[in-house]
Amino acid sequence: MARSDGYTSFVNSGVGAKLATALGLPRPVPLRRHSPGAPLVDGPVLVGGHADTPAVAALRAGLTSAGATLTEVVPETGRLGGVVVDLTAAETPADLESLRATLAPALKRLGRCARVVVVGRDPRAASSVAQRAARRALEGITRSVAKELRNGATANLVLVDDGSEGAALGTVVFLLSARSAYVDGQVVRVGKGDDVAAPADPERPLDGKVAVVTGAARGIGADIARTLVRDGATVVCVDIPAAGAHLAAVANEVGGTAMQVDVTAADAGARILEHARTRHGGLDVVVHNAGITRDKLLANTDAERWASVLDVNLRSILAMNDTLLAKDGLRDGGRVVLVSSIAGIAGNRGQSSYAASKAGVIGLVDGYSTDRALSRRGITVNAVAPGFIETEMTAKVPLATREMGRRLNSLAQGGLPVDVAETIAYFAADEQSAVSGNVVRVCGQSLLGA
Amino acid sequence: MTTTRRAAVLGGNRIPFARQFGPYAEASNQDMLTAALEGLVARHGIAGERLGEVVAGAVIKHSRDFNLTREAVLGSSLAPDTPAYDVQQACGTGLEAAILVANKIALGQADSGIAGGVDSASDAPIVVPEKLRRKLLRLSRAKTPADRARAALTMRPTDLGIQVPANTEPRTGMSMGEHMAVTAERWGVTREAQDQLALASHHHLAAAYERGFFDDLMTPYLGLSRDQNLRADTTLEKLASLRTVFGRGENATMTAGNSTPLTDGASAVLLGSEDWAAAHGLKPLAWFVDGETAAVDYVSGDEGLLMAPAYAVPRMLARQGLALQDFDLYEIHEAFASTVLSTLTAWEDEDFCRERLGLDAPLGAIDRDKLNITGSSLAAGHPFAATGGRILATLAKLLQEKGSGSRGLVSICAAGGQGVVAILEAA
Repeated sequence: MARSDGYTSFVNSGVGAKLATALGLPRPVPLRRHSPGAPLVDGPVLVGGHADTPAVAALRAGLTSAGATLTEVVPETGRLGGVVVDLTAAETPADLESLRATLAPALKRLGRCARVVVVGRDPRAASSVAQRAARRALEGITRSVAKELRNGATANLVLVDDGSEGAALGTVVFLLSARSAYVDGQVVRVGKGDDVAAPADPERPLDGKVAVVTGAARGIGADIARTLVRDGATVVCVDIPAAGAHLAAVANEVGGTAMQVDVTAADAGARILEHARTRHGGLDVVVHNAGITRDKLLANTDAERWASVLDVNLRSILAMNDTLLAKDGLRDGGRVVLVSSIAGIAGNRGQSSYAASKAGVIGLVDGYSTDRALSRRGITVNAVAPGFIETEMTAKVPLATREMGRRLNSLAQGGLPVDVAETIAYFAADEQSAVSGNVVRVCGQSLLGA
Repeated sequence: MTTTRRAAVLGGNRIPFARQFGPYAEASNQDMLTAALEGLVARHGIAGERLGEVVAGAVIKHSRDFNLTREAVLGSSLAPDTPAYDVQQACGTGLEAAILVANKIALGQADSGIAGGVDSASDAPIVVPEKLRRKLLRLSRAKTPADRARAALTMRPTDLGIQVPANTEPRTGMSMGEHMAVTAERWGVTREAQDQLALASHHHLAAAYERGFFDDLMTPYLGLSRDQNLRADTTLEKLASLRTVFGRGENATMTAGNSTPLTDGASAVLLGSEDWAAAHGLKPLAWFVDGETAAVDYVSGDEGLLMAPAYAVPRMLARQGLALQDFDLYEIHEAFASTVLSTLTAWEDEDFCRERLGLDAPLGAIDRDKLNITGSSLAAGHPFAATGGRILATLAKLLQEKGSGSRGLVSICAAGGQGVVAILEAA
């Protein structure tokens, strides 16, 4: 659901635009968001980089079949839809000049909500110190470019394993697409993996999948359900019994099923699995989205308040996963997506318990994604970390605080629940079999914790 | 159709029951029935499905609600080509609706269906006095201004007034509680026994909520997530302190505590054939084995107004070759605590069973630990037509918990001297 904030509308009106320019105020633009049938990017995509590598060849082929028009030079007229720069062959800091040389002229010709995607290799796998420095430099460049960009454009970095370029295609396509509208200044690691066939129907990458979404009655959870269903999945919507009325409305809207279960109940995992099995024949995707806040300064937080947040946001996931990730649980090739928060990365005054739980979620990602038994079954585990998202919850935040949250990011606006949902759907697709252990912030490159 | 097949209870949903003029005061029957349907549809993932039929009703109904159930279906997420019709058999409406749906499924005339009921004691239709109504109709028929003026002039200030539907039997002029008081006295039901039953109802219902029993039987509505009438902390002392409201003098035993309050609410139950259930990934909770209705002559005073189930049950048992004790659970609707107790006493009474039921021996006593084990109408409340669906879904789930083959008896008394009863068996 598009929800525009008043300021963004104002500075995009005639008078507002003039005023904002004169005063040097931030000028957020309405972001390009996914609508079925729309092209991948608005305008040609410049593909370049350092040397002719297997990565760039794989990207060219993949992007062409994804429907992008490619170019090797900045066109004389018109605007670029995106730039993909391959630096996988960078050996020393001197090689970074290739990145500058490709990007600098292109940045001046980027269209509205254009995309910059830098492709590199993981510094931790470098064979020399110079190579490691060059690889690590890409992150600094990408994050700076993301801050330099205007008009809703974003820049992100993809780290690809040698020989696994094909497995990274889905990630590059996601970052070019409108689905990644509010993902900015991020690094996504793609591990070892074979080439993955693109989905038969690119509009329905989750066709035939059965997904469970907790906390689905409203806000971000409801949009996760909607987005997964749009992408072809059958969704089991879970929320606490007290949220049943909203939950039923969401489930009926998306043609899924509603399960009134408190995720902290001892048998929650077993009930969810049983439901998915009997109703839909199995379970492929689990989105642990249910979460609560009980904000208070730590000095004033009692044990009960503390425990309630950790129980719902962290311990319930561990307990449910004991069942959901057991051998007879999630099917092979399953996907687990967790919801962290920038509060879990940056910390937030008055949110010690929430930050504890959301940082803990990052720990869960690290732990599960290195679990060999899960990898052998092809199960990936990732998280999104939303920044300031326009929901009923943030609408209640006092105006000044709310405006700070909204503007203190490179896109100068809050994200929408659907932006978080899109990243979750990206993680959930079969194509992302080599994407595990990532925490991708959906925050418009918020300054918090960056 | 020469053969029949088993009809299954697949699940249920209701909204919490609210006290009259409580949170649902502004909700219409159509609103509440639609909400009950929506929760049921969501729970079973049948949005967009065309069902065989939806059958429901309300006891107190506005004339505008001539197609109440169909309108609720059209306002729901069910496919708009799902047919629907209304039934009305006083408090037996919900269970009668289920018998109708189950029978069609058994006969192969439908593969699936929803039976439900709704009632609002708050959003009541208000009627003008008969004299005024006739004059108003005459006015609307008038064609010329002169006729209209003449018709209008016939109206007198004394014609004004409104009539709210009352819980009164038209043929006796007695309220249901007054009728029940007569029966309670006839069977010597004590105040203590009634208060004990009311206490058990509240405590059982509260315990069921505590263990999450209703998590998959209920969907919150208008901010209510538990039955508003439930008093988890009530005690015998509190119940004993209430003054009597029905009956006269020393023999009066019935209070607001051991009688059901006026309530708003709705319920719905999903039924289907085995094949339809399997095709939709649904597991039958219980089979709908049999149903029976009875009526008694309460007008002449020959029998108590709410005693018809006492007659319906033995007829159904005889047909099924079962004894009253062959059940693992009993759900006897608590219109009043004394209704349940009078019925049970009558079944234990040799004379009644011989002379009234024509049996050789009394039906006998039941194990009271098997009666209304998750509470009943005294605690939950009783939106007339919604009670059948509440009981059916509750019993079906309880039987499934007990295990395959366990058997449950449902008994619901109704205004007009009627009673509807049924047997479920765990799938």
